[in-house]
Amino acid sequence: MSETDTYEAELVRAGARAEGRLARALFYARQYPLGAVGAVIMLVIVFAALFADVVAPQSPFSTNPALSLARPGSAHLMGADFMGRDIMSRVVHGARISLAVGIFSTLIGGFFGVLIGVASGYIGGWFDLVVQRITDIMQALPLLVLALVMSAALGPSLPNTIIAISIPLIPYVSRVIRANTLALREQAYVEAAHAIGLPEWRIALRHILPNTLAPLIVIATAQLGSTILTEASLSFLGLGVPEPHPSWGRMLSESAAEYMRTAPWLVIFPGLAISLAVFGTNMLGDALRDILDPRQRG
Amino acid sequence: MGFYLIRRLGLMVLTLFGISVVIFVLLRLVPGNIVDILFDSAGMVNPADKLRIEQELGLDKALPLQYASWIGGMMTGDLGYSYVSEKSALAEIAPRIPVSARLAGSALLFAVLIGVPLGVISAVRQNTWLDYVLRVMSLSGLSLPSFWLGLLVLMGFVALFGSVPIYTEPTKTFGEAALLVLVPAATVGFRSSALIMRLTRSSMLEILRQDFIRTARAKGASAGSVNYRHALRNALLPVVTVIGMEAAFLAGGLIVTETVFNIPGLARFLVESIRNRDYPIVQNLVMLIAVVVVTINFLVDLLYAALDPRIRLSD
Repeated sequence: MSETDTYEAELVRAGARAEGRLARALFYARQYPLGAVGAVIMLVIVFAALFADVVAPQSPFSTNPALSLARPGSAHLMGADFMGRDIMSRVVHGARISLAVGIFSTLIGGFFGVLIGVASGYIGGWFDLVVQRITDIMQALPLLVLALVMSAALGPSLPNTIIAISIPLIPYVSRVIRANTLALREQAYVEAAHAIGLPEWRIALRHILPNTLAPLIVIATAQLGSTILTEASLSFLGLGVPEPHPSWGRMLSESAAEYMRTAPWLVIFPGLAISLAVFGTNMLGDALRDILDPRQRG
Repeated sequence: MGFYLIRRLGLMVLTLFGISVVIFVLLRLVPGNIVDILFDSAGMVNPADKLRIEQELGLDKALPLQYASWIGGMMTGDLGYSYVSEKSALAEIAPRIPVSARLAGSALLFAVLIGVPLGVISAVRQNTWLDYVLRVMSLSGLSLPSFWLGLLVLMGFVALFGSVPIYTEPTKTFGEAALLVLVPAATVGFRSSALIMRLTRSSMLEILRQDFIRTARAKGASAGSVNYRHALRNALLPVVTVIGMEAAFLAGGLIVTETVFNIPGLARFLVESIRNRDYPIVQNLVMLIAVVVVTINFLVDLLYAALDPRIRLSD
């Protein structure tokens, strides 16, 4: 144990002592300023997604030929695209698509990853061996390549994009949870549960599963940024979320080469939105990891 | 060691076999095949013609037979024919390999050359403003989508030179070649350099806390000697693993970057082929990527053991 470790541990204990949720949140915000910045960015994006209809100046779908490629100005803060659609409205509504894909694919990938990870680590034996080989197979393919092939196989639609992104996540989550389960299985309280004659499934579900929650939250936040990025990449390549959904990645692919010279705002704003969202989740994820799972600190 | 190698190679073959099955099945889940697309776009509705073309392409056979003929062909170097260009898949894929390999190699080199020194600086100057700036920079590096970065770079070219670099083969001058490879390579490698930097930093920090470093300092070794001769050599071990893992991530970066910069490499070809449902090309390209990733992971494990004598490759 080093000095910094005990110092940080002391901070966490002090945080736990701080009274009330608000006080505790403020305490952590002071200790992890970058994490606080990330949390604020994410709150803004979640707000934009929830109240997109109110926040956006106009409908993201309404076209107006007279406004084709209008420059950013007071009427249209981020300008308009070729079809005269207001970019700002599309960027605000794009937050919905990005968050929906990010959150749902992380939830699906996390759910199956935990289930498989706990089962694999707790049951062990040949079951573990088979699951580990399948995990090896899935992990030998780069995330984007697997997602590309999946989304091509399923066809372009919003739910299919979510599935295509969540599947490559399963082996990743299950690996971490399995390792965690292996460690938990040797704990004294699990032995105690065995001793009082609890059935195996009950030990796995009631005693092991809840204890995998902290690492799960850490991976899930870290992966949220990566899923948002993957959705943007897939949509950019034309194999993700289809029209007319205002996906940030899709907005870049429509505008990319053609209007780069004449209307750079078509490239700048959607890209900025993606970067901010991923930046926010990365910062928040780092801070959450330090708070919830100090052993993984990087 | 010998037993370990045999076991590892066996596992590699098993993994690749599994991947081939997964890819094959996934691609057959797609509703409609290339013949459907051709007929839809041409507006022709002659079932006899359709059946004849399907027979020519072998699409009428049972799936296990199609799979067996693919794997069998792979053993003899026959990868099938592209449905779109009607050239052999090998002739389509082979010339694109050096293009992507050059790009990926330069990107990885860029990532290591930038990431490792900055990570060391950040660790040695922990909690100074320099460390803070570098950490925020690396976090942004992880957040910028490489296709957006690529578009921004291209916009920069437009603003500065009034034109964008267009990939031509063969490149005319050395300067041109360097520009056409290095700019996209830096775009792809930026993300990896951020990751390598973060890892080098945390790995250095961990090593710097250890007893042997204190011993080295106590016996009066200079700061440079402690940081570079003692700490960095040990800190680089986990970095080697991540460099191996980054090779897989690079494939993802290449896909979008080759598309943005219009580079006729494997990754852009993969996207085109997926759009055209050109199965022979897609399944062979994905297999090629899997072989490269699995081989690199294997080599990284060997390298790791070679660098760290404490690791015995027994199990």
